[in-house]
Amino acid sequence: MVGGNDMQSLSNRKKVFEQKPMGFWERIYLPAIFKGLSITIKHFFKPIPTVRYPEVERPYSKNFRGQHSLKRDEEGRERCTACGLCALSCPAEAITMIAAERQKGEEHLYREEKYAAVYEINMLRCIFCGLCEEACPKEAIYLDGPHVTADYLRKDFIYGKDKLVEPRFDYKEKHEPTA
Amino acid sequence: MELAFVIEKVVLVTLIFVVTLVIAMYSTLAERKVAGFMQDRFGPDRAGPFGILQPLCDGGKFFFKEEIIPAGAHKSLFILGPTIAIITACIGSAVIPWGQSLTIGDRVIELQVTDVNIGVLYMFGVVALGVYGIMLGGWASNNKFSLMGAVRAASQSISYELAMGLALIALLMVTQTLSLKEIVEQQSGFVNWNIWVQPLGFLIFLVCAFAECNRVPFDLPECETELIGGYNLEYSSMKLGLYMFSEYINMFVSSALMATLYFGGYNFPFMYDLGLSQNWITIIGVIVFFAKIFAFIFFFMWIRWTLPRFRYDQLMNLGWKVLIPLAIANIVLTGVITIINDTFF
Repeated sequence: MVGGNDMQSLSNRKKVFEQKPMGFWERIYLPAIFKGLSITIKHFFKPIPTVRYPEVERPYSKNFRGQHSLKRDEEGRERCTACGLCALSCPAEAITMIAAERQKGEEHLYREEKYAAVYEINMLRCIFCGLCEEACPKEAIYLDGPHVTADYLRKDFIYGKDKLVEPRFDYKEKHEPTA
Repeated sequence: MELAFVIEKVVLVTLIFVVTLVIAMYSTLAERKVAGFMQDRFGPDRAGPFGILQPLCDGGKFFFKEEIIPAGAHKSLFILGPTIAIITACIGSAVIPWGQSLTIGDRVIELQVTDVNIGVLYMFGVVALGVYGIMLGGWASNNKFSLMGAVRAASQSISYELAMGLALIALLMVTQTLSLKEIVEQQSGFVNWNIWVQPLGFLIFLVCAFAECNRVPFDLPECETELIGGYNLEYSSMKLGLYMFSEYINMFVSSALMATLYFGGYNFPFMYDLGLSQNWITIIGVIVFFAKIFAFIFFFMWIRWTLPRFRYDQLMNLGWKVLIPLAIANIVLTGVITIINDTFF
């Protein structure tokens, strides 16, 4: 055995347990019962640390990785150019996309000449590692959203562009002014 | 028997019945709330403000659950079990004096259903009957765990009824009467409460009351870890609900009984010195009585969320080797002190 009785105690919280027959006060239980009762009644009046979740939300950490959002540039155009690096880097193979060429007159919608016509992330596969945002050369994807919420059907966990692309700035300013 | 008397009693019985059920109903919520607060959480608070609709939800759920009677069960006894449990739990409150008398017009209404002169004995009999519900239910389920629970309930209640009876005998030696009304009347004020003359008797009675109600730390008949629910294992739907309900009613009635026997019932300090009219004394007395009952119910819950369950041999040791000798010693002590008091003072 390492140490032994002369080993120095680090925390001074060690209690040596001796197995000896119970004394009179231990055998009548009552002092122990009162001790226990005093502990529970102390907890009865303690402030409760519960956060009432749907009404009160705890702030997320700054580097929390939540739901993905596909970003727009300062003119409100989608940044994604459907290069597929995010899909390639994804260890869970959760991302898939179909690329399309930008047509004339769509310059206000897409920044690059190629864009993602379909962009899908399977939230059941995603492990929220953040490698896609590291891989992205266009700074188009960030995991800055809230928790991915629960749903009933597997197909509803495959998020398309309707859920992923962030709303336009002008839209945002009109409908949900920033605090 | 005049009609007014019958109406008066019917109203009183209905009222007590309703109050008992409502208190039992909300005890279930209170239990979970107390458990929550003692474990640093809120307890149920989603159904209505502060969760006050929770008992209704639970009751409704019980009614809509499928009712299963096992194929090998003795059907009539299986149904009789929870019936007896709930009936015996409810009829106990008949002899408890809830307050003094109200005078309405020229009619004096006693706030007690019936003042039988053997009230204590009646209570004792009803409490003893209560175990039949558990025993029958456990045996009729045709399940070995239920049977174990039933056997445990039977032996536990026999063991603890002895000590309870002996503790009561010491009390009766002091009060010289078996009528609960007279026992309460003797304890008017504060210094006359029986707890001051029978502290040891009260302690024994309290422990036995916990055992008779099958409450923690004596809930061995329905021990989850060993017997997966014990006597109520095969019960479902409202039959299970009745068993649980009867536990809470038992708790309420035994709290009332303890308050009556040892803590002065509806008596409160300075009750005749404040210059109140008789009706006001009665009303305040009823409130005080219920406050005492609630304090005991809280104590039941407090104990439940503090102490672990006894092992079965510890339970039997405590019953037979500690409480019964203590209760007998208490009787002897009471007798000696009474004689000394009578001869010298």
